[in-house]
This record gives sequence, structure tokens and C-alpha cells, in this order.
Amino acid sequence: MKLIGGYTEEMRESIEMVEKTRDERMKKSFPPMSLEEREEVLNKYHPDYKPDKKRAVKVGPNKGDLAPHEVVDLLEAYPLIDPKEIDLKTIDYDVDLLIIGGGGAGTVAALWANENGVPAENILMATKLRHGDANSMMAQGGIQAADRPEDSPAIHYLDVMGGGHFANKPELVEALVKDAPFILKWHEELGVQYDRNPDGSYVERPGGGTSRFRLHSAKDYTGMEIMRVIRDEFRNREIPVLEFTPAVELLKDSEGNVAGAVLFNMETEQYYVVRAKATVLATGGFGRLHIQGFPTTNHYGATADGLVMAYRAGAKLRDLDTVQYHPTGAAYPEQIVGLLITEKVRGMGAQPVNKNGELFVFPMEPRDVEAASFIRECARGNCVETPTGMKGIWLDSPMIEEIEGEGAIKRNLDAMYRMYKRFGIDMTKDPILVFPTLHYQNGGVEIDAESRTSVNGLFAGGEVEGGVHGKNRLMGNSLLDYNVFGRRAGISAAKFASKRSKPTGLNLKHVDSYIKELEKAKVPKERRSPMLLPDYRGEKVLARMLDIF
Amino acid sequence: MSEEKMITVYIMGKAYQVPFGLTIMKAMEYAGYRFIRGSGCRAGFCGACATVYRKKGEYKFRTALACQTTAEDGMYLAQLPFVPANRKEYNINELDPEKNVLSEYYPEINRCVSCNTCTKACPQELDVMYYIQAAIRGDYRQVSELSFDCIQCGLCTARCPAEITHYHVAQLARRIYGKYQLKVPEHLEKRLKEIEEGKFDEEIERLKNMSIDELKSAYVQRDIEKIPRGEVSDE
Repeated sequence: MKLIGGYTEEMRESIEMVEKTRDERMKKSFPPMSLEEREEVLNKYHPDYKPDKKRAVKVGPNKGDLAPHEVVDLLEAYPLIDPKEIDLKTIDYDVDLLIIGGGGAGTVAALWANENGVPAENILMATKLRHGDANSMMAQGGIQAADRPEDSPAIHYLDVMGGGHFANKPELVEALVKDAPFILKWHEELGVQYDRNPDGSYVERPGGGTSRFRLHSAKDYTGMEIMRVIRDEFRNREIPVLEFTPAVELLKDSEGNVAGAVLFNMETEQYYVVRAKATVLATGGFGRLHIQGFPTTNHYGATADGLVMAYRAGAKLRDLDTVQYHPTGAAYPEQIVGLLITEKVRGMGAQPVNKNGELFVFPMEPRDVEAASFIRECARGNCVETPTGMKGIWLDSPMIEEIEGEGAIKRNLDAMYRMYKRFGIDMTKDPILVFPTLHYQNGGVEIDAESRTSVNGLFAGGEVEGGVHGKNRLMGNSLLDYNVFGRRAGISAAKFASKRSKPTGLNLKHVDSYIKELEKAKVPKERRSPMLLPDYRGEKVLARMLDIF
Repeated sequence: MSEEKMITVYIMGKAYQVPFGLTIMKAMEYAGYRFIRGSGCRAGFCGACATVYRKKGEYKFRTALACQTTAEDGMYLAQLPFVPANRKEYNINELDPEKNVLSEYYPEINRCVSCNTCTKACPQELDVMYYIQAAIRGDYRQVSELSFDCIQCGLCTARCPAEITHYHVAQLARRIYGKYQLKVPEHLEKRLKEIEEGKFDEEIERLKNMSIDELKSAYVQRDIEKIPRGEVSDE
């Protein structure tokens, strides 16, 4: 197949149309939708609004609530371990605080627990991949905080509620917007570098559904910059961490408090028993479940393990009926299909246009509305088709250079520029092709403003928890979420741990009773969870696999 | 990108047929490998999939990220599961940025022989050797700027004849620059004070107590800051 600058001849013809309309489009904007118009496009085109793609959970605290089939399949599933085979008398790690998950939320929780009196050696972090292998590392666009005089936490509050379809838990939104400037200050003290204007003020940009410019970024490596600094600080404090050792089940004490977990060393395949006075769940979301077959922006380990464990322990979940599809996942070339194209590309002025070079939507609608509009445009037959049959919308990236001057993409979107260059495309000269991709778990384990779950002894922060974002998260609020609620979880867990003695009577009775419930609901026996990691091995290999070693 | 065309890759020396057009990571999975190590973000941000390879008929030892590189016919592939690099512990609040802290904590940077192997090994194409030179001079700002896109995969360190741990040196430099040489913007300090004084509490309380219909109408009526168009920024 002949490629010119990375694109096929058919795609080149469409790019010509995009170029032809660019000057005219530069002068124009597209009106934002009213709430009614938003509802209409969501109802007709957003993947969440297809009733056959969800079902009601048959067991557990959220019995009767709807969630995507892929999520329900994990909730309605038998544990990986047989509780009878686990020796809970021998404790391998005896700590004040167990943190499950080594991404942003877990790291922040550890730092703040340490700050609030829990000595490093009394903390244990257990994580499935390496410390820092998490969506936190991959967030590109930025973090929201209402710190400009033109802005206020109250305006931020209103944006968050509107973006979340007013289904958010108000006390959590209040905590999110009021803590936000403080989080930036904390980052500054640790040495995180945010983009600055020449006068020393922050560069702040708009995000979809934000009514103020409030997005702080570090080029398009914002998540990486924050994550590597907080991880570095964590390492300086010598907080113990077990990598490639996920939790597979929570433990309870004789009073029914969560009191640690059973961990599984994926490399040696042995288990460890952790007894902890308090446990923080920071396992991230479900983005690797490929809900409705969508490609994903998420890291390898985003398999909803924390949801499953917490649910078996009796924690209430919420807002799991909605899934965030990021409007701009890469749709071409094939090697990077589904990977995130940061919203900052639109924030800097690139318009989404169809195959005829027409702008068809306000570029900064909330994510669910923007994504649904892209799908609608394809349904109208106005999409570009790739050689492998993917559909896509052009994101007219060369506009950025026209608006902000030559070199603006390399200065501000280096990760994007680099990724496309690796696959032969120059996004400063040619538009890039995008389509919605699975991005974020809007809901999760319900918490209160102190990051407490409904189960005593269990705290949660970051993507695993729910209530902050309602039915749809806005850009720049996930980095903020994990910092705000990771911190609150660390502080609350430290307080909780300081007030109690060592848990006694470690047990897995909650798992036994969950198994009974599953049996009663006639859940197929072969269904097991947590998933731990997805399996991408080739079909031919799987068909000839022997389990003999 | 045609589905039919197959290529041969040698995963740790063993030949496998895989379709053309896959990344090295996906090619290994197609061949039957299920990663525990060696796969993280799968998007070029985490450095988990640092890969060393050679092409058939070449002597050159190449480096790449498995998730960001297309597998080619005749590649000999191996992954770097872990880099046991020396990392110094420090207290960021007790450093003296007037001194060359980098040289103090990592004196081996002065052993750099300017061979440029680190730069050639970098899958992000950063000027690694230049930032080590800047580190020797104690120029935190330049180290920061040149190393900013570092994903800490460790390939530079694995290849360095002088045993420099470039990415840890750079991390230290960036934190010093961020903490000591970039000022906290005034507008942020001012806002923190306002929040502490409870300036927004009443308004947020009012919003919290609104019915959904009241909230909706407040939301619809909020003014939206205009996106500037056609203005050249002064960056």
C-alpha cells in the first residue's frame, strides 16, 4: 500500500478538503449545544445509552443496579482463591496501613499518611505492575484548579456538576474544587513543574465543559511529571512497596472491619497475608475491559480488581452505569489505535472536522457529548475510513501552529508529535484521525468527603472511587481527583489506624457468603475474578495451549 | 498493514511468524507471550517496555519502546525487565541549590567520556549527553529542559560505559529547578488565602443546597470564557 506522509491516497484526498476549508474555519466557531440538544445526541448516539449493553447486577450491595456486561461479568464471578486454602494464621506483613495500588492515588495516600504520623515502615504498598505503571502516568492534558482571579472554586463546582449531569455527590465536588489550589501548591513544594507564562503565572487553557481557562499542564506530559515526582518523594521516604504483587481479596477482622488483604506474587505464584489496621484501595478503573469492544487509552492493568474486591467485602458502588469514552482516541495508524490524543489538542484550537472538511460540533463540549457527536457524524456517512476499516474524524492539528505560531505543537504537545512521528505522520502539517475510545470509569466505590467507603477500615482514592464525577468526568479532574482523594484517604486511614489496636480474627467469611450468593443466583462456575491482567495472546496459540507445567 | 503479510521475528532468539504492521509488543503477544513485566502504559509514557534489538544482517545494537515501534521482518528482540540503577535518597527540603547537588549526589557524572551512547539509546530522542554536561556544570534549568520528556526507561543507563544513572540525575535536577527556581505564582498564593478565609464557602453552600432544576438553570446561565482565536501567544 502506497503511503504519502503516512496516509493513503484516499485519505490524502480528504485531507485536501480539510486544508481547503481551514482558512474559512479559522474565523468561525460552532455554537455550543443547549442541555436539550446534548440530551438528544447522547440518547441517540452515546454507547452508554444503548440499553442492551448493560444489565442489572444479581448479587451484592448494588443488586438491581445497571452496569456494562463486562463489569457485571466480573462482579458476578467466583474468587480466584479458595478461602479454605489460605492460611490466615501466618501473617507475612503486619502493618498499620496497606495501600493497594501503585498509581497516583496510592502514592499520594502513602505520602500523606506518612506526613500524618504513620512511619514509613508501618506502611505497605502492594501493586500489580511497577510502582507508577498507572493511568496517572499517562494523563496528558492537565489538572484543573480555579486559581485565576477570573475564576473561583464555585464556578469550578458548577462546571463539574453540569458535566456530571448533576448526579455527582455534592460534598465530594466541594472537596475537589476547594482542595485544588492547595494541591498545586503542594506539587510546587515537591518540585513539580507546570507550564509558565513569561510573567511567572501559570499557562491555563480551556477543557471540554469548563467555563474558565483552568487547565494547568506540563506540556502534554502532565500526568508523567506529577507521577514521577511523587514517586521520587515516596522513594526518598523509604516506604516499602511490593511490585507485581496485586491484592486478590480483602480480609476482615472479627468485628467486620477490613483488616488487610491476601496478595499474590505474580512471579513466584505464592500468596502473602497482610494484616493492616487500615486499608486504602487505589487500584484504578476498568479501562482495560474493552467495554462494547472499544479500544482503550488505559494502561495494561486497568481491570477493575479493586471494584471486585471491595464489592465482595460489602462496599457500595455507584454510577457504574456510565463509561467515559474519550472523544479523541487515535483511529490511525493501526499500531496506535485507541491511544489518547489529549483534549489539549482541541484546547489549543484544533477543530474536529468531517471527511469533507466541515466543522460539525463545538469543539469543547463535555466529553460524552463530544464523543456522541463524532459517532453521529459517522452515522451520517461523513467519516474517513482507514485501510483496516476503522472510522475516524479529522482533528485539524495544523491549526494550532497557525493560531499560536510555528513550533507551538512541539513546545506544548511533544508527546503527541513524537508518537505520530514514530509512525510517519507529521501532525504540524497534516491533520490526525480520531474516534472515541474507552477512557475512564466515571463511577466506582462510593466514598464520603473523608474518602471512607461504606465498609469500616476501607478507604478509597482515585479512579476506583465514585461519586465525584457523577455520570461524566470533565477533563483535568482525574489528576485532581487522585490527588485530592488520595490525600484524604491517606489522612483518614492514618487517623483510623492510630485509634485502633491490631485486628484480630482475620477471616474471609465475606467471601464465603458472597460465593453462596453467587451459587443462589446460578452464576456460571467458570466465571472468575479479579481479572488481574487482560490476555492478548494470539488465538492460534491459545487454541493449542496445554496446562501441564 | 495488510492482514495477509507475515513477517518473522526472533523473540529472544526463537523465530515466530507474526502479521506485519503490529508493534513489537503486540507482535510478541500474537506469538504467545503474556506479559507480566515489560508492559505498562502501552502508549509510550511509562518506560516499562524498554527493548533491545538487532536487525538481521546488521551489527548495530538498537533500542526502542516495544509499544511504540513497528515490528519488522528479521528483528531479534529482547526486553529489559528491570534496571538495577543506583538511585540516591535525599531530602528535597534540605538541599542547597546554590551548590552543585547533582555532582555531590552523583559524582560519577564527572566520569562522562562524551561518547554519546546514552543519546543514541534514548527512545525519546532526548539529548541525554548534553544534559549530563549541563549536570556537571550544575545547570538545573538546562537539565530540566533537556530531560523533561524522559520516561525513565533506563536504556541510557544500561548502555553507559561510565555507569551514570542519567534518569535519576535528571529527576533530581528537575525537582530542584521546580522547587527552588520556579516561583509559586502570586495568583495561586492569593487564592489559597481566600479559600482559607472562607471566601467561597457561602456560595458553594448555596450551590450545594440547590435543587437540580435550580442548579441546571445556574449552569446554563454561567458565562463562558471565550477561546481566543487568531491571536499569537507571546510564549
